[in-house]
Amino acid sequence: MARIVGAVATSHVPLIGKAIACGLQAEPYWKPFFDGYRAVHEWLAVVRPDVAVIFYNDHGLNFFLDKMPTFAVGAAEQYRNADEGWGLPAFGSFPGAPRLSWHLIESLVAAEFDVTTCQEMLVDHAFAIPMALLWPGSGPWPVKTVPIAINTVQHPLPTAARCFKLGQAVGRALEAYDEDLKILIVGTGGLSHQLEGTRAGFINKDFDLMCMDKLTHDPRALTGYSNAQLVELAGSQGVELLMWLAARGALHASVSTIQRHYHIPISNTAAGLLALENSA
Amino acid sequence: MTRQSAPLIPGTTIFDGEAALKGYALNRMCFSFNSAENRAEFVRNEDAYCARFGLDARQREAVRRRNVLAMIDAGGNIYYLAKLAGIFDLSVQDIGAQQTGMTVEAFKAKLLAAGK
Repeated sequence: MARIVGAVATSHVPLIGKAIACGLQAEPYWKPFFDGYRAVHEWLAVVRPDVAVIFYNDHGLNFFLDKMPTFAVGAAEQYRNADEGWGLPAFGSFPGAPRLSWHLIESLVAAEFDVTTCQEMLVDHAFAIPMALLWPGSGPWPVKTVPIAINTVQHPLPTAARCFKLGQAVGRALEAYDEDLKILIVGTGGLSHQLEGTRAGFINKDFDLMCMDKLTHDPRALTGYSNAQLVELAGSQGVELLMWLAARGALHASVSTIQRHYHIPISNTAAGLLALENSA
Repeated sequence: MTRQSAPLIPGTTIFDGEAALKGYALNRMCFSFNSAENRAEFVRNEDAYCARFGLDARQREAVRRRNVLAMIDAGGNIYYLAKLAGIFDLSVQDIGAQQTGMTVEAFKAKLLAAGK
């Protein structure tokens, strides 16, 4: 049977992609950020997952407002990253796991999560940058991937409670899969930031740190927030906490912390990293 | 949560159905900038490009003035507007500074201060 080894939640700020492309990891601005990932690399080298199931939000690469799914699951052999319009070099392509995707889709719809299914799906920086952060270097990706996109572009967004339940349903489905696979869950985005309006540049360190505490030991405590409250407390784009909650939902109640890292600022964002190992 | 009961957050525009309806033409044009060819076409003939996507007078004027707050007011969504900003080589700090009426240096200092 498949086993979920743990989850990594990480920011996905586009500028990180430029830093990687330009080899700036040791520069003073970047070093404190990239150093946070070493402990995760060491852990991944030990647990060696076969598949990464990645909760992320598309920022207008694959989905536009003409058709905007709330939850979309990739079911392709391969996912391509592409030009997003503002100069980030494209990351190439990522191998899919379509048989696992379809198992997940069957299970989710049976559990009343009526997801959109995608046999063609471009994956944007919110998918590609976390992959590059977790598995740096130029070799082939060591994992196959299943993308799960959550709408955070156009309100109404799914609630925190709903995203957590989606994660739980994903966790149950994966652990019922009949192949002997080790699966890593990834949640991308956040933490607090706001790009638009006269409130641009809003960051809330206290709220972010509280969220990282709760995600570890008491994630249900965060499921009572409305999205309006999350916008107020974490900024318009801080609602990306939804992907962290979905990822946490896929784990067991009891987890141990592999890494927890927080750095302000990367671009306009409070950058967070939380790696949790599933209890046996 | 209904829109009516959502608290108003100062300096923040919730991109909801009403904004999506109002901003569709502008956002659709910005979405087209995922293609380098389309970005070049916009630079070659901005008027014709905006006309092709049916921007209304307010949206056209906001784009002409490169004014992000006015674009948001006309229904623009920041994720799509970022693709337009990319054409002018504006970073999210540049956009943040413009919207908050700060210098880019002061905006960056504000971000740094949030970490203290």
